[in-house]
Amino acid sequence: MNNTGSTESAFLEVSGVTLQYTTPHHLVTATYQVDFEVFQSERFILLGPSGCGKTTLLKAIAGYLKPVEGTISLKRKQVDSPGPDRMMVFQDFDQLLPWKTILQNVMFPLLVTQKYPQKQAEEKALEYIEKVNLIQFRDAYPHTLSGGMKQRVAIARGMAMEPDVLLMDEPFAALDALTRQKMQDELLQLWDDTHSTILFVTHSISEAVKLGSRILLLSPHPGQVRAELNSDGSDSPREAGGPPLSEEIHQMLFAQSI
Amino acid sequence: MLSPRPEIIRNASSLPSVPALIVERSVWQRLTTGDWFYKIIVVVMFCVVWETYGWILDNPLLFPTFSETLAAFINAVRSGELIDRSLYSLKILIIGYAAGLLLAALLTAFAMLTRFGAAMLEVLTSMFNPLPAIALLPLALIWFGIGNVSIVFVLVHSVLWAVSLNTFSGFSTVSQTLRLVGHNYGLNGFRFIRLILIPAALPSIITGMKVGWAFAWRTLIAAELVFGVSSSSGGLGWFIFENKSLLEIPNVFAGLFAVILIGLIMENILFRNIETRTIRRWGQQS
Repeated sequence: MNNTGSTESAFLEVSGVTLQYTTPHHLVTATYQVDFEVFQSERFILLGPSGCGKTTLLKAIAGYLKPVEGTISLKRKQVDSPGPDRMMVFQDFDQLLPWKTILQNVMFPLLVTQKYPQKQAEEKALEYIEKVNLIQFRDAYPHTLSGGMKQRVAIARGMAMEPDVLLMDEPFAALDALTRQKMQDELLQLWDDTHSTILFVTHSISEAVKLGSRILLLSPHPGQVRAELNSDGSDSPREAGGPPLSEEIHQMLFAQSI
Repeated sequence: MLSPRPEIIRNASSLPSVPALIVERSVWQRLTTGDWFYKIIVVVMFCVVWETYGWILDNPLLFPTFSETLAAFINAVRSGELIDRSLYSLKILIIGYAAGLLLAALLTAFAMLTRFGAAMLEVLTSMFNPLPAIALLPLALIWFGIGNVSIVFVLVHSVLWAVSLNTFSGFSTVSQTLRLVGHNYGLNGFRFIRLILIPAALPSIITGMKVGWAFAWRTLIAAELVFGVSSSSGGLGWFIFENKSLLEIPNVFAGLFAVILIGLIMENILFRNIETRTIRRWGQQS
């Protein structure tokens, strides 16, 4: 496979980002001065225990909230509001619009953003529904599908837009273990096909090692970068004789934590 | 010591064959599991009790039997009078209902787009929703005179608050994820309301429309009863009032029967149809 050497400069740049959110009684710092760069066609994983602000970070990249300090920029343009160049796949099964069929759900963003006219939008949508193996369900409504199928539709919907970066917020977390494994394999196959740039949030080390080409480790309370590692998906040791990658990550995350 | 229990492994080909996976249910089974079956039984029982009681009482001036009412109803329909009166009422009702829905749409859209609008909607609905529309009729008569304008005014009042309240609470309960999805596509303002909030909140909106319809219908009949006296032509309420004055009690019952019938038709045919085509099909209501 070709190295992504042609675009050595960062595609998505997160520099010095501090994020805060308010609860009725407190101002909570979710992440503190986080830096990282995502290159084109990377499968970049944000990994950390709950409370490390990884979902908040993803939401900031999606444009739903603004950093109190630092900048986020995509293709050298600063991110300041949500937009279809950063399609998001959520964890919840209710992210599909219940009043639209599978086909209409996938077509909807293509049409409202005026990316394609009706006919081409339909072709594009069908192409991606085919890729996630749901072509026979294209006229079904979401409530008739299983959780795994709904997530596949959401992924097809995100990918059909061919966004600059696909943001995935623990999309498989609510699935049963068997379905989850199958979905991970399918996502890798899809990536082989499309080479989309993916930013994937998870709290599962094995999922991160399996799916990621590069893994960002965040420590909790507040989220700070602990490490950035490469992964080839095989969970082999980083250095000969060392522990498997997943074990090393486990140690990094939990050894010095309170 | 116990020996371990033997393991069981079955060959797929040796499994007994399953008779039929999907069997069609008989007509009787389908009938008795449907909604309609029991509803019709209730209606029939009601009519039987009515008939029996009227027959025992034997006083058509106070309480005509079901068959007498039905005969009066059929007569009034045949002569065309009841149909004319019903259409007259429905015409005013539709004007008032449509105007109420339109105002409710404007008010809730304003409430969704600005904080001031939201405050306004909350204060106004909590002030006016508990106020019976018919209580405004005396004022309306002074302001607009005796006529349809006054009735439309009270109808708008009866529809507006119920629909706004339900629609607004429906909008506020649209799931956070769906909102994020809408914003993700760059939808904002009116497009966001039209393409995301309205379809997502449709169950509440339809409930509001049903409640508004029922309020409007009873307000209309009541209003017609109150000042039908001084109006030359009138709707169903006036038909009831007129026949009471003439002591044509079976006709009064026939008028009430028409009021109920129109209500049933709207609820079970019009609104049911809208629900089947939308929220039931989408799995937002079972």
